[in-house]
Amino acid sequence: MSRTAIAASGHSSDPGRTIFPSWLKASGRTLASFAVTLLGLAALTFFIGRLLPLDPVVAVLGDNVTQEAYQAMYKQLGLDQPLYVQFGRYIWGVLHLDFGMALTTGKPVMADIARVFPATIELASVAIVIGTSLGIPLGVLSAMYRGSWLDQIVRVVGLIGYSAPNFWLGLMGLVLFYATLGWVGGPGRIDFTYEFDLEPVTGFLLIDSLLAGNWEMFGNAVSHIILPASILAFSSLAYISRMTRSFMMEQLSQEYVVTARVKGLSWARTVWGHAFRNIAVQVVTVVALSYAFLLEGAVLTETVFAWPGFGRYLTNALLAGDMNAVVGCTLLVGVIFVTLNLLCDLLYRVFDPRTR
Amino acid sequence: MAPQPIDQAGAQGLKAWLAAPVPSSPFQARMQQLSLKWWRLKANPAALFGLAIIVLIALTALFAPLIATHDIYAQDLTMRLQRPSAAHWFGTDELGRDIFSRLVFGARITLYIALLTAVIAAPLGLIVGTTSGYLGGWVDTVLMRIVDIFLAFPSLVLALAFVAALGPGIDHAIIAIALAAWPPIARLARAETLSIRKSDYIAAVRLQGASPLRIILGHVVPMCIPSVVVRITLNMASIILTAAGLGFLGLGAQPPSPEWGAMLASGREFILTNGWIAGIPGLAILVTSLAFNLFGDGLRDILDPRHG
Repeated sequence: MSRTAIAASGHSSDPGRTIFPSWLKASGRTLASFAVTLLGLAALTFFIGRLLPLDPVVAVLGDNVTQEAYQAMYKQLGLDQPLYVQFGRYIWGVLHLDFGMALTTGKPVMADIARVFPATIELASVAIVIGTSLGIPLGVLSAMYRGSWLDQIVRVVGLIGYSAPNFWLGLMGLVLFYATLGWVGGPGRIDFTYEFDLEPVTGFLLIDSLLAGNWEMFGNAVSHIILPASILAFSSLAYISRMTRSFMMEQLSQEYVVTARVKGLSWARTVWGHAFRNIAVQVVTVVALSYAFLLEGAVLTETVFAWPGFGRYLTNALLAGDMNAVVGCTLLVGVIFVTLNLLCDLLYRVFDPRTR
Repeated sequence: MAPQPIDQAGAQGLKAWLAAPVPSSPFQARMQQLSLKWWRLKANPAALFGLAIIVLIALTALFAPLIATHDIYAQDLTMRLQRPSAAHWFGTDELGRDIFSRLVFGARITLYIALLTAVIAAPLGLIVGTTSGYLGGWVDTVLMRIVDIFLAFPSLVLALAFVAALGPGIDHAIIAIALAAWPPIARLARAETLSIRKSDYIAAVRLQGASPLRIILGHVVPMCIPSVVVRITLNMASIILTAAGLGFLGLGAQPPSPEWGAMLASGREFILTNGWIAGIPGLAILVTSLAFNLFGDGLRDILDPRHG
């Protein structure tokens, strides 16, 4: 609630109309709507949590309990309170990062998420590096050589990236690159032999193994992450290259491009030196959004690759009907999504003078 | 909506009727517009290819009992994990069921999910979007805030959460996917409405005393339909992928249903020895969603030239 108050005061600072520049006021409004959206996210997840057809008390205690134990747990879970009190408690818990206990692991949901999240972040980060480093040049090149064979190939690859179920690509990739060719490590983050050798420092295996100076282990971790990350990267590559292409095409039809060419600048110099600068902010926005979408892709990819991350934790919680964990995970994804959107929005305002 | 194939003389008459410079009835004008669009679609081979695949899948689904070669539930453990052969075109699965027949019936489930989701999500999005855009003010603020909240979740994660709450099953999966699919449509319809409501014809209708409800339903909604159709066609691909993903996780269609995602999941155990059990349903999902993407792209170029 405190966040709402701060953001709202930023928004309603009308006496400062003349003092604050317009972009600051716009940012204040964005922050206010951010706060309202967060509250809405909490309300929606609360509602989803209450939809459960299963009796929550039975979910915790099992179905052969005494009446007294049932009543005690009913009270302890706050189910005897009116709905708005329950919602208030829920919000209070969320603000303190308390989502209750996970039934599947018996630990607080937040502790579970903190434990599994680094694995997902590591996977998504490697994926976004692959997707961006290939997607942006491909998008720019296909805009530069519109209609050429390169453009056609990028288009087809993009279409497949949009259309292919990534869990299927993962399975097929395992068959081809792991079982048949033996180029990559199998499912999981690392071979079993290394599993207990490492003292976790950051939780990111790639970084931890480097910190420990254990190159063998680093190589093993790379061989495990490369396939799932590439498959995740495929869909973001499709998205990034498609958007980059259309941004670039728009720029290339502008008059300043013609002017630069008439002045004698080479095609490559015009594109990379002039046009690309104008789309840079837009491209960064797209990359940030596709990073958020990687979290979605991770749910299925992690299941296929037995990757001990956030997606697999969510899936297990779903199958076990562990609503505390499901609600916690869903809310977290929503918050990350909204935050990334907000950052993009602010980025636009700060770096793109055209939006002022 | 292609012109019906008719004999030569009739074709001449029909051609002339469609090419008449001044249509004599609203029906003729509409048909002329349609045939124009069909001509433009014919010039786009990728979109036509997509449409052909969609029609093929729809026919497969329609005539599934005639096409299937085996009973899709009949288990025959002596015939389990057979390679593709003349008797079993795509081989058999771990319970000896014919994969080709299951794939054919699976097309029904996939199209059922995709169509029902579209039928729920499109009108919902359309009504919310046009109402919000036309009425404006606090109605707009509240409705768009709700849309924003739904949009804050990736659709698969939101669908997963709803399925977790409702319980697994194909109907629950459809509700969950539809609940995740309507907000972008509402956004789109609102944007369209904002530009439509300023037009002169809306002002004219309002001066004649039409109620907001009548204006929205009779004069705004029809104008938004083309872009919503494009959007929902392009969304079909992601709806199909989400449904398959739910089936794969065991939260959508339940075994022994021949849903493609569920088939893929059951083949996962045998992926290293009998890759085709999972490979073939996955290929079917890929081809179907590719077809909707190709067709949707083409449709967008025709119906919505601004974004082309």
